[in-house]
Amino acid sequence: MNKTYLYRLDWLVILCYLSLVLFGVLNIYSSTFDNNLNKDFVLESLAGKHIIIFIVSLVIGSFILFIRAQFFQQLSYLIYFIGLLLLFGLFFFGETINSATSWYIIKGFSFQPSEIAKIGTAFAISRYLSDFNTDIKEFKSLFKGLILIFIPSTLIILQPDPGSAIIFGSFFLIFFREGLSFKYLTFSFLGLILFVSTLIIPIKYIIVLITIVSFLIFYFFKRSNKKTKIFPFLIFLLVSSAFVLSVNFIFNSVFEQRHRDRFNIVLGLVEDSKGLGYNINQSKIAIGSGGFTGKGFLQGTQTKGNFVPEQQTDYIFTTVAEEWGFIGSSFLILIFVILIVRMVNQAEKQTNIFQRSFIYGICCLIFSHFTINIGMSLGLIPTVGIPLPFVSSGGSTLLSFSLLIFIYLNFDSNRLGDW
Amino acid sequence: MIRRYYVQIITILIAVIFIIRLVSLQILNSEYKYLSENNAVLESPVYPERGFIYDRNGEILVANQIAYDLMVIPENTNKFDTLELSELINIPAKDFKLNFSEAIKFSNKIPSIILSEISKKEHAYIQEKLWKYEGFYLQKKSIRKYYHDIGANFLGYISEVNDSDIDRDNYYQTGELIGRQGIEKYYENILRGEKGKSFFQKDRFNRIIGSYQNKRFDVAPKTASNISLTIDLDLQKFGESLFKNKRGGIVAIEPSTGEILALVTAPSYDPNILLGRKRSINYNELANDTISKPLFDRGLQAQYSPGSPFKVLNALIGLQEEVININDVYTCNKGHFYAKGAFMQCHNEVGTKNNLISAIHQSCNTYFAKTYKKLINSKKTVSEGLNNWTNHLNSFGLGDYLGYDLPIGQKGFIPNSNYYDKWYQKGGWQASTIISNAIGQGEILTTPIQMANFTSAIANRGFYITPHFLKSADKINIKKFEKKITSIDPIHFEPVIEGMEKVVDYGTARIAKIKNIKVCGKTGTVENFIKLNGEKTQLTDHSMFIAFAPKEDPKIALAVFVENGYWGSRWAAPIASLMIEKYLKNKIERKWLEKRIIKGSLEFEYAKPLSGKIFKINE
Repeated sequence: MNKTYLYRLDWLVILCYLSLVLFGVLNIYSSTFDNNLNKDFVLESLAGKHIIIFIVSLVIGSFILFIRAQFFQQLSYLIYFIGLLLLFGLFFFGETINSATSWYIIKGFSFQPSEIAKIGTAFAISRYLSDFNTDIKEFKSLFKGLILIFIPSTLIILQPDPGSAIIFGSFFLIFFREGLSFKYLTFSFLGLILFVSTLIIPIKYIIVLITIVSFLIFYFFKRSNKKTKIFPFLIFLLVSSAFVLSVNFIFNSVFEQRHRDRFNIVLGLVEDSKGLGYNINQSKIAIGSGGFTGKGFLQGTQTKGNFVPEQQTDYIFTTVAEEWGFIGSSFLILIFVILIVRMVNQAEKQTNIFQRSFIYGICCLIFSHFTINIGMSLGLIPTVGIPLPFVSSGGSTLLSFSLLIFIYLNFDSNRLGDW
Repeated sequence: MIRRYYVQIITILIAVIFIIRLVSLQILNSEYKYLSENNAVLESPVYPERGFIYDRNGEILVANQIAYDLMVIPENTNKFDTLELSELINIPAKDFKLNFSEAIKFSNKIPSIILSEISKKEHAYIQEKLWKYEGFYLQKKSIRKYYHDIGANFLGYISEVNDSDIDRDNYYQTGELIGRQGIEKYYENILRGEKGKSFFQKDRFNRIIGSYQNKRFDVAPKTASNISLTIDLDLQKFGESLFKNKRGGIVAIEPSTGEILALVTAPSYDPNILLGRKRSINYNELANDTISKPLFDRGLQAQYSPGSPFKVLNALIGLQEEVININDVYTCNKGHFYAKGAFMQCHNEVGTKNNLISAIHQSCNTYFAKTYKKLINSKKTVSEGLNNWTNHLNSFGLGDYLGYDLPIGQKGFIPNSNYYDKWYQKGGWQASTIISNAIGQGEILTTPIQMANFTSAIANRGFYITPHFLKSADKINIKKFEKKITSIDPIHFEPVIEGMEKVVDYGTARIAKIKNIKVCGKTGTVENFIKLNGEKTQLTDHSMFIAFAPKEDPKIALAVFVENGYWGSRWAAPIASLMIEKYLKNKIERKWLEKRIIKGSLEFEYAKPLSGKIFKINE
């Protein structure tokens, strides 16, 4: 490694990465800290494991820095295929933990193939988008792209691990970057609003509301443009009513009670602090009790009392918020924002579609994990078992995200193609 | 163009939503902080050891001892032989199973009591074999220890607080102990000290997993104070032994200080039986004994007609109001006609001429009836006369609570004009109507402690100090007890005291005479009635005696009464005399008298009205 290469590395991202990992170690240590046990730090602990995985990542990562981007591009489909194979293999060789068959355990080491599938899918999509023939604005191309996302996410839903499957949805963001019409985004967003309001408001009011809104919009369009026809608005009215009705039907007749409960709790439709709402309620108590400055490292009463389940993994944010307070948790959020914004900025400097799309893929993965994990801890979205990248305990996740960061560093520092 | 930034925009948007949410959860809303403390921190009280109780000479009366509760954490138990374990702890298997299932119902992870207050002796035995039963353990606990089987009436006892205690005083929490009666109740705040606080970190199963923040918030308990009572252990013990098989009591006061030297009530009970597991059984037994009423403190709560001892008060009031002087002489003819056709009997011979002093030592009804009549008629109206008399008596602490430091008592009763106006209509009564008051019968009621107190005031020649039990407390300053001056001028006491001395010297209570000690006293024989099968039935008279000694520098004043003890000098006078001897000489020289009293029993007398047969009294 020569001096110029070191110089070219994106040190801002490295700094964000290192601080997130450090924050992870501290909070995992605190979450699993037990007054009554040995207080010395040991490598066998979860915090120790986090450090070990970090060191392993550094070793592998430094090799990654010297691999040419073209090499990844050529291997993209292979990696994707290996990922699918591993996911498929789970049905025969997988281990079941927490009622989801998502793990391989080999000689005491366990790993989640869905992590490899995430990377593989990001590669495959980037490769596909960089192909000369692909034009995502065409429906045929979009359809092929969708297939790439659909296969691994279906396999993961079957494990069943719906949380991880949702993550794959975030790859759509790459398509939008590469020219997919924002109509899809608008419609998805509208759909989401309609979905949520269906759960909150009685169905007849929604339909009345949709009707009024449709005609209002039509009226304004008509005023500015006399040629506006009423037909598309009627279609809109019809489709959204049908959507609302079907959501109502699916929610009440297809969903199981536990699914309904998760939504209902987040939407505040049911008060439930003992049963299903326990996690969310305890999580909110832990976060709220942190106050402005937090209770201090190792001082979190909720953390020590193990009131929040899975606190070292999915609910690690509650430890951060309780012990480091508003200051600490805002700081953590800020680091994630800096990381994503910086990487997107750098991606835009890429001239090559493959590299740019892949960096977008990394951002999508970080963004979706970040949004779902913290949103869940804050009680803004339903409970979904998604870890917080770099911070949560869990070897596979830390390793895969670390490798993604190194691949980014590689792409970014070599974008001028001097080799 | 927007495509280049939209991921960044969404990211920032989400981050802003998160920050807003954090502001609302962490900064604006304090409810979560409270909730957190509620479910993660356990505040646990730390109790100081309850104060010891000593007698006036530093002899220990009450201390603490260790007892054990058998606890169980159901989750930690393995399969065990219920029968074997219930045999080990010596309770029926049925009860054990019930307690155990209650414990499981309460919580699988939090300890519950299976059996409380196991004595130290049993504990050693159980401890040895308890290792076999996982999940069971013995937990230390402090209970009272009584060194002597005396004074149950004034010591009182402690027990767990109930809901109304908690409502009344929010210091207490369920399961804590509170003084229930006597000294334990009255001096609860001194004896208990002030509990401290300890904070513990809980986990989500409510289990304690360590101290909270290195005990930073813990509050140390304030140590309790040990207290010394004014009671003299030896005298109290002796007094209780004298009352074996009799009913009644003794109240002995040191006149110069108002300190209560002994408060005997009989029958009583051993305070130790209200400890340990049999407490409730024993307590119910005591409470349900409506015949001998062991829980009834006769010294403080029993209201009797005072009888002849009351004559000395009427003598004092007569002198103060100048309706008599020491040399006035009244003739008694085995009594006299106090009104037309109304004769009051007296045991003096026909033609006996009594002046004040001889009237006292001969206990002449005629003399005091005539004095009383004059007293009532000395003012413009009988009402004024009577109320004047009532005020004098009130100044001796009669007719109202004395203000001593125990939670129980009675006012007694001294009638005033309103009372008789109600009974006879205004103007419908005169001195002769209420003549019984002259000789301590009639409507007057006094408690034994009131009698001891006025005796003390006489011994002091005109004042008394509110009688009390607390001599000192080691951690706090105690309040001074009030000195009260009677409405009688000191000079009037001397002739009355002289009369009282003669009572013992050659009057009705010669048996009370003690070698080398000038005892002053006054006997009483009190008629009493009960309702038997709906009929007013007269029972054998109560035996009553008040006394103080020595005459010139009184060290002890006392009132003794023996229910249905025939007449004053038969039981009460010798008991009082023995008490004085014991206290002043510290030994009993008249062994024969002591033996007679201790051996003597009045049980047959108490059995009479219950026998259902016709019985004779005063024989």
